[in-house]
Amino acid sequence: MTNSIAATPMARPFAKSSISFSRIAIYVTLFGAAAVYLIPLVVMLLTSFKTPDDIRTGNLLSWPQVVDGIGWIKAWDIVGGYFWNSVKITVPAVLISTFIGAMNGYVLSMWRFRGSELFFGLLLFGCFLPFQTVLLPASFTLGKLGLANTTAGLVLIHVVYGMAFTTLFFRNFYVSIPDALVKAARLDGAGFFTIFGRILLPMSVPIIMVCLIWQFTQIWNDFLFGVVFASGDAQPITVALNNLVNTSTGAKEYNVDMAAAMIAGLPTLLVYIVAGKYFLRGLTAGAVKG
Amino acid sequence: MAVLSKASPFDTLQRWLPKLVVAPSMLLILVGFYGYILWTFILSFTNSSFMPSYKWVGVQQYVRLLDNDRWWVASKNLVVFGGMFIAISLVLGVFLAVLLDQRIRKEGFIRTIYLYPMALSMIVTGTAWKWLLNPGLGLDKMLRDWGWEGFRLDWLVDQERVVYCLVIAAVWQASGFVMAMFLAGLRGVDQSIIRAAQVDGASLPTIYLRIVLPSLRPVFFSAFMILAHISIKSFDLVAAMTAGGPGYSSDLPAMFMYSFTFSRGQMGIGSASAMLMLGAILTILVPYLYSELRNKRHD
Amino acid sequence: MNAINRLAAVISLASLFPLSALAADAPAESKGTVEVVHWWTSGGEAKAIDVLRKLVEKDGYTWKDSAVAGGGGAAAMTVLKTRAVSGNPPSAAQIKGPDLQDWGALGLLTELDDVSKANNWDKLLSKTVANTMKYDDHYVAVPVNIHRVNWLWINPVAMKKAGIDKAPTTLDELFAAAEKFKAAGLIPLAHGGQPWQDSTVFEDLVLSIMGAEGYTKAFIEQDEDTLTSPKMTEVFKALKKLQGYMDPDGTGQDWNLEAAKVINGKAGMQIMGDWAKSEWSAAGKKAGTDFECVPFPGTQGSFTYNIDSLAMFKLSAKNNTPGNIAAQNEVAKIILEPEFQYVFNQNKGSIPVRDDLDMTKFDSCGQAAMADFKAADKAGTLKPSMAHNMATSLAVQGAIFDVVTNFMSDKNADPAKAGAQMASAIKAAL
Repeated sequence: MTNSIAATPMARPFAKSSISFSRIAIYVTLFGAAAVYLIPLVVMLLTSFKTPDDIRTGNLLSWPQVVDGIGWIKAWDIVGGYFWNSVKITVPAVLISTFIGAMNGYVLSMWRFRGSELFFGLLLFGCFLPFQTVLLPASFTLGKLGLANTTAGLVLIHVVYGMAFTTLFFRNFYVSIPDALVKAARLDGAGFFTIFGRILLPMSVPIIMVCLIWQFTQIWNDFLFGVVFASGDAQPITVALNNLVNTSTGAKEYNVDMAAAMIAGLPTLLVYIVAGKYFLRGLTAGAVKG
Repeated sequence: MAVLSKASPFDTLQRWLPKLVVAPSMLLILVGFYGYILWTFILSFTNSSFMPSYKWVGVQQYVRLLDNDRWWVASKNLVVFGGMFIAISLVLGVFLAVLLDQRIRKEGFIRTIYLYPMALSMIVTGTAWKWLLNPGLGLDKMLRDWGWEGFRLDWLVDQERVVYCLVIAAVWQASGFVMAMFLAGLRGVDQSIIRAAQVDGASLPTIYLRIVLPSLRPVFFSAFMILAHISIKSFDLVAAMTAGGPGYSSDLPAMFMYSFTFSRGQMGIGSASAMLMLGAILTILVPYLYSELRNKRHD
Repeated sequence: MNAINRLAAVISLASLFPLSALAADAPAESKGTVEVVHWWTSGGEAKAIDVLRKLVEKDGYTWKDSAVAGGGGAAAMTVLKTRAVSGNPPSAAQIKGPDLQDWGALGLLTELDDVSKANNWDKLLSKTVANTMKYDDHYVAVPVNIHRVNWLWINPVAMKKAGIDKAPTTLDELFAAAEKFKAAGLIPLAHGGQPWQDSTVFEDLVLSIMGAEGYTKAFIEQDEDTLTSPKMTEVFKALKKLQGYMDPDGTGQDWNLEAAKVINGKAGMQIMGDWAKSEWSAAGKKAGTDFECVPFPGTQGSFTYNIDSLAMFKLSAKNNTPGNIAAQNEVAKIILEPEFQYVFNQNKGSIPVRDDLDMTKFDSCGQAAMADFKAADKAGTLKPSMAHNMATSLAVQGAIFDVVTNFMSDKNADPAKAGAQMASAIKAAL
């Protein structure tokens, strides 16, 4: 059921009149809005292929006088080395936090116990904690664990502060699944993990996709934790990007800045473009049903 | 039933298993969220300056904070920014979702365009918009180059209007995501209800306003939660786009807290501001959370 | 204090925790590793620090680079604090003037007695510089360079075009020149409206109008009577007047983009420290012919300094090996050696920290700065820059920044009240 919904919308009320003024208006509005959403990306792309002189003289949307790849080459030289660091941080953090979210969501929806609602409430409120407040105590804790300024420590931090959202996603998804399924399995003597593995996991694909995409975007784009909890050669690409874009002295090469920003944003952009439809399917399948 | 009452070690394990599974998370949350909040709470009553110290000074830091003009500017900005950001994103998201739900060709393509800003980090977004809105460099210059001589877009350097620039960039980033959530919600609406209403002679806008959208209340809830979450934490965006300027007219509480705690060596005031922020979130959010979650149980 | 000591004790205990072994990462063949947290990330600076890296590596040590740009070192400060709390500080970090005292008071910095004695630092460095680097009478940091803040940069071609025959030496001449630039259709004053830039202009005006003594009273002693005096009103009036000549598109702009406007002749002048020279050099311009540097009008004979320095941390237990300590000392030694001083300062636009070097290798601005530095040091007009965090604590500096930058962005601000606002803001920050 979930697969068909997003792909083929059912007959919609407006669609009855085949071609009319309102349909044209709808298309114009939608494509107009799309153009506006695209402007920043287009500007960044155009700028990344210009020469510094061209940037100074031309305007934002002018076509590069000469398409110049030097910006990308320079940018890759500077931030490219950090790309792999980001992968090493993001992949484990995403997988672990998604797994924990699935387990928590499963318990909070199917195996409620006294205090489980309170736990959920505490978790929800925790989402709103500004992360700047936790920097000092968290680094103190990591120091105690001997994980200060290690990739493992950074992954741990991402898991802890990503958990609230992943749990929320899975819990909301599983809440919409009838209890009867699980109850029947329990009467048959199926255990905690058997029920999860045999019944829930196979239906969880949409929500797992949502969770993976969401977490991947959050963690890949993170700057604050990366700059504080990683160091030296292990810094993620966002820190390298910031070092490039945010310097206060020296000649500004906007083509390099923009190319570096594109490089840093490429993986998440790709994920959205390639897996975007799974994201919508997952949302449809229940992630948003409060 | 008989199985449960036997209480063999295996069954005991089964009964405890759910709790065991969430126990590590619970521990992490108690330490990583509430332990650290408690620590910040304690610091807000101390004279911590450059680094944490534990000399008790009572509510002095709160007094100084409330005396600080910059804090009030930041708080007012959050109300304006958060309010406009949430409202515009919701309206725009719903509007686009409803339009996109009319059997549009190339829907997937358009959807992806609306959604892609969410994929970019706030640092990239902020940098790009800083450039676009820069008078003399960005859109301002472009429109004048194109012959619109009198055009002047200088909100970014205008003390009164700079906060709207933040709203523009933030809406651009998040509204596509809201659209996706509502589109997903619309796809789940039972078509027979709509047809029944049409048979009764209700017009389409009426159907959407009266029947379809009210049934999406849980989606509103989720969207509101996510947008509120983004607006309270909008730190990277301000840092990259305005750094709080001109003057400190586009400061936000998260920014205020960060700069007092870390760059200004006034950790006590920074902690006090964090506590006030959390307090404000608590008073607004908890009643909403409570009523929404309670309603749902009645459904 | 007691609490701080306790914290320090916990921190050092924490670092003994066995899991620490997991984090060890020094390659076995290296003689020792030195990790440096700094924010020298832009073109000329990055090149300059790379020189240090190469010199250190040539001697067989490993250099671990932890660059953190942003907010004039604010981001690096956050990183340093969290690392200190986690018990895993870097070997060395870019820390400035008064902050050294705070870090020293926490007991986190290591004393450089051996290197400083062996290399005779007390002889090499001027007393002002040496004292800034010391905590409790021991060197805890190495000075890298000396920047002069009170400079005015002028494009001579633009000056000729506007019909100005000589660089301004008084405030009145400055305003007259600005008026002429304006009449010629140029931006008189390139200026980026970021808090630190606003305050750089402000402190120059204080020095110009109130003199070196008034500067000391206002910023170092933070004397309330001075801050609320009529002279201070005059300063704010001049600031407002000067603002009328500033680039209207400059709000929130980086200083180097504004410098570019002077370089390509769109603007006439810029008030900026000597790091601005790196922009001119990068554009292939020569001091004296393509651009002029003069002391900010009315501040001739005074010298506001901004010294960059690397502080050395006590190493955590797992890093505390003889090799790593040797690496730390090696860095400290190399920084003061002529080879590094020449290259680094020529790249940065600053002057060397030791006064026995051959200045003919520097351009006319560098030579003038060195001469003025020595003269000001003797005359007692060598003053720490407030805007660059050499004169006050960060809290006080932040309070001053808030008042100045708010005064500049508020069109209806009253110069007569600003001084009193500053005095009360400073009091609240103490």
